[in-house]
Amino acid sequence: MGVLEVNGVSLTLGDKRVLNDLSVDFWEGHIHAIIGPNGAGKSTLASVIMGLPGYTDIEGDVVLDGESLSNVPVDERARRGITLAWQEPARFEGLRVDRFIAAGAEDKSTGAVRDALEKVGLDPDKYMKRAVDKTLSGGERKRVELASILAMRPRIVLMDEPDSGIDVEALERIFAVLKEMKGHGATVILITHSMAVLEQAEHAFLMCNGRLLDKGSIDKISGYFEHRCIPCDHTNMPDDVEVADANIVAALAEAEPALGEAETDSAAGNGKDPA
Amino acid sequence: MSAVDLARELLDSIAEFGGHAGGDDVAHLEVHGNEVVGAHLVPGLDIETSEIEDGIEAHIAVEAGARLAKPVHMCFGLLPATGLQRIVMEVEVGEGASANVLAHCTFPNAVDVTHAMDARIDIAPGAEYRYFERHVHGPEGGVVVVPKAKVHLSEGARFSTEFELLKGRVGRMDIDYDVTCEAHAVLEMIARLIGRGDDRVVIHETGRLIGEYARAALQSHMALRDTAQAEVYNTISATAPYARGHVDCKEIVQDEAVAKAVPIVEVSDPRAHVTHEAAIGSVDSKQLQTIMSRGLDEDAAVELIIEGLLS
Repeated sequence: MGVLEVNGVSLTLGDKRVLNDLSVDFWEGHIHAIIGPNGAGKSTLASVIMGLPGYTDIEGDVVLDGESLSNVPVDERARRGITLAWQEPARFEGLRVDRFIAAGAEDKSTGAVRDALEKVGLDPDKYMKRAVDKTLSGGERKRVELASILAMRPRIVLMDEPDSGIDVEALERIFAVLKEMKGHGATVILITHSMAVLEQAEHAFLMCNGRLLDKGSIDKISGYFEHRCIPCDHTNMPDDVEVADANIVAALAEAEPALGEAETDSAAGNGKDPA
Repeated sequence: MSAVDLARELLDSIAEFGGHAGGDDVAHLEVHGNEVVGAHLVPGLDIETSEIEDGIEAHIAVEAGARLAKPVHMCFGLLPATGLQRIVMEVEVGEGASANVLAHCTFPNAVDVTHAMDARIDIAPGAEYRYFERHVHGPEGGVVVVPKAKVHLSEGARFSTEFELLKGRVGRMDIDYDVTCEAHAVLEMIARLIGRGDDRVVIHETGRLIGEYARAALQSHMALRDTAQAEVYNTISATAPYARGHVDCKEIVQDEAVAKAVPIVEVSDPRAHVTHEAAIGSVDSKQLQTIMSRGLDEDAAVELIIEGLLS
């Protein structure tokens, strides 16, 4: 049993079924990666776990430490240790970096805030008094957000596209931060398209059409993703999952008939076995 | 109460907001009602005051070329619960001079107090005048504040004014600043305030860019809650080549508060350029969710976001 469980979760937004009977377990203190083509439902899954408004009317359940998070609002989920780093962090006009980081920090002292900034590669003397607004680049805002999460010392961190807008040098620092969070016992869930980010994980999950297609080692899932899903032509048709699944089977069979059949069978499982 | 005691009590009421700096090299002026209860000048600065029935007239002059090293501290106020204070002010900043004024207007016990200011400010070529005005009001909202100013910026002059009311109730406020900018002059006006209860705020800010390369930025940031209402009329007219202006009005409304922003942009020279942006609404949901995903409840998250907006 994982520390965080997603049990048979389905979600319909408008007339689209964006998550479809999705079940995943996340293991305490491990780094997980969720990959899949655009529209697969990865970011939606993160929003559901965080309990963001608009993502709470689900079938199924999200369970933390064996307790359902149904009806638990965002801030209470955060106080229980879950947090989310957005793909595109919000801008806050006038709000100073040090105030932003300290807001949710376990240790709100200036020293702790400076330490968090240094760890993400931002000079505290230059950044503490700046505003988290459009005067920071997207990459800088991303690192400020990561610093705020580091200072918070969460138990479960959802990171949506952590490499987006980040240069190569900064990416190495972010990877170091991931390892530090793991060192603190945090469970990390990375949502990514990037092989470099995927390689930081210990377990990988492949999503398509709101469903879990496969899970397993990084090598297994990365190869699967690179060779078949990056050029994925699956239409996002969660209302008609059987047709979508048929398309997947056909695509896999065409590429590598025996493996395609086997892996699709695996994807039909409930995803609850340890990856 | 003696003048010294009145001065002390006025300054006590603003102590938590920074108060007045001391020292022989710091100029200051304290006015209670129609009485000057404290004053100190420094070289390059001259202030003449005279009492009128319901306030004072003040003539403030900064000598040409004088550059006042430290801010001039001013404090206007009324300690009783009721009354009227009218400040008639003429300010002349001489050519090439520079002065920075930190003014507090304090009405800590107001139930029915009116504070009116009529100012005429003339800033000579190349001179610079910064005026920061912080209001300290009590919790009752029984204050009517009516500051009006006509400002003239000569060639290359700079004028910046900040108006702030973040603690206590606004009451009724009607700000009207009208600034004319000659060539290469620079104007910056910022108003930041929080409206609560049944506060009513009307702001008229006008920048007239009549000289080439004149520049103006008008900024109003407000947070309104309960049944507070605000109307903001920011106007920039640019009639000279290469004049540049920007109007920025942002207001967060909560509860049953109502905000209205009317940016008026008037350009009559094709080489001039004036822009505006106005955003009124509830707190941005992504901002809110980001802060709440760090464990703050909604009220605390909103406070933090407003703190940033009004900083």
